[in-house]
Amino acid sequence: MTGSRRAHPSRVPVLALGATLLITLQGELHDSMAEQLQEDLTHRIAHSPVTGVVIDISGVDIVDSFLGRVLAEIASHARLMAARTILAGMRPAVAITLVELGLTLPGLPTALDVERALAMFEHGPCPDPPHPRRANHADLP
Amino acid sequence: MQVSEQDAASEWAARKVGEFLRVRQEQIAQRWADAELFRTVFTVSRDEAVEAGKAVVDALSDVASSGRLDDITAPGFQTVRDQLGRMAASRARTGSTPAQVAGEVAELHQPAVTLLRGEFPDPAGDQAQECALALTVLMGTLRLVVMETTLRQGDELIARQRLQLLEVATPVIKLWDGIVAVPLIGTLDSARSQVVMESLLDAIVAERARYAILDITGVPTVDSLVAQHLMKTVAAARLMGAECIVSGIRPAIAQTIVHLGIDLGTVVTRSSLADALAYALRQQGIVVAPRTPVGANLS
Repeated sequence: MTGSRRAHPSRVPVLALGATLLITLQGELHDSMAEQLQEDLTHRIAHSPVTGVVIDISGVDIVDSFLGRVLAEIASHARLMAARTILAGMRPAVAITLVELGLTLPGLPTALDVERALAMFEHGPCPDPPHPRRANHADLP
Repeated sequence: MQVSEQDAASEWAARKVGEFLRVRQEQIAQRWADAELFRTVFTVSRDEAVEAGKAVVDALSDVASSGRLDDITAPGFQTVRDQLGRMAASRARTGSTPAQVAGEVAELHQPAVTLLRGEFPDPAGDQAQECALALTVLMGTLRLVVMETTLRQGDELIARQRLQLLEVATPVIKLWDGIVAVPLIGTLDSARSQVVMESLLDAIVAERARYAILDITGVPTVDSLVAQHLMKTVAAARLMGAECIVSGIRPAIAQTIVHLGIDLGTVVTRSSLADALAYALRQQGIVVAPRTPVGANLS
């Protein structure tokens, strides 16, 4: 592999979008990459006013128990430093595998894609967006 | 040695029968073409029936020559398995039971044996008897092959229809922008719940759905296994970023769930599909209200 000659061949890029960090995982995540990523991320959250982290796993074909744990750890790291984490773009096949493995990632918010995840941050922590016309309306008559 | 003599005799008979079938192929096929089985399957032309008969005789000859008279897995049968299957299926379509088809196959035996006996100078002699016995065994095996092929085709048909039923019975409906629903009908076993899960997750991606409604009005009973399947589906949908609502929980089912001590945990449940839709709409900030009467002050 020619890539192995680069300075940081296996580093996951962390992009900053305003106060949100975007991590795009692709292919396999090795032990060293995961460790590096967690270090990078906590460093970035600590040194900039980050309020949210979006992990995009639309390019990931296989999520095993290791990756599941890494994701959960990233979320708890971020939570300790007052940033919310949203997992975005999981593929149907990956979701089915995770459920069959019993890894339902409780407590980790999810979104269909990055766009939705960013929208969730804009609407704040409340799950249902505030709407002026909603007041005093119950379910269907 | 009595046994080896007998073995040698039956081996000789098998070879003799194979030879006879090869030589008399045309005559046997001509007679079979008049038999019930061939006559009713090949209604278009007699030649077709004769051709089909020849193929079967060829196969029988191969089997006899290989000495495996009573082996339904003998390689010789492979070539005519398809054809026999088609013939049996055609008889089955006209309402024959498998037993009737087997009976019709058995009728092929008599003309062949008559021809075989004619080959010998003494039709009632030991040699003729031995060969007739070998041919009878061979025809019995043919009957088994026909039965086996018929049954296997039936099984394949059932498997195919089961698959079709799975696909047909689990439609995913788009109720609103970002809201999809799956009306579950019938018993939810693990194969079906797998299909439901896959089609629901695909629909969530395709429709960019935020809410997925699982309607279990058509599910007759909910036991712990069904509940587990539901929970799995709900968990998978959540991982995709969609919230699941389980609707259609009838009073009896609610009681069963409580009696069994099933914990539906964090799953949102509603009694009817309408309630679930109303919940999903409300969560998205969509209001469904009666139209303002004419003349009223629009605000």
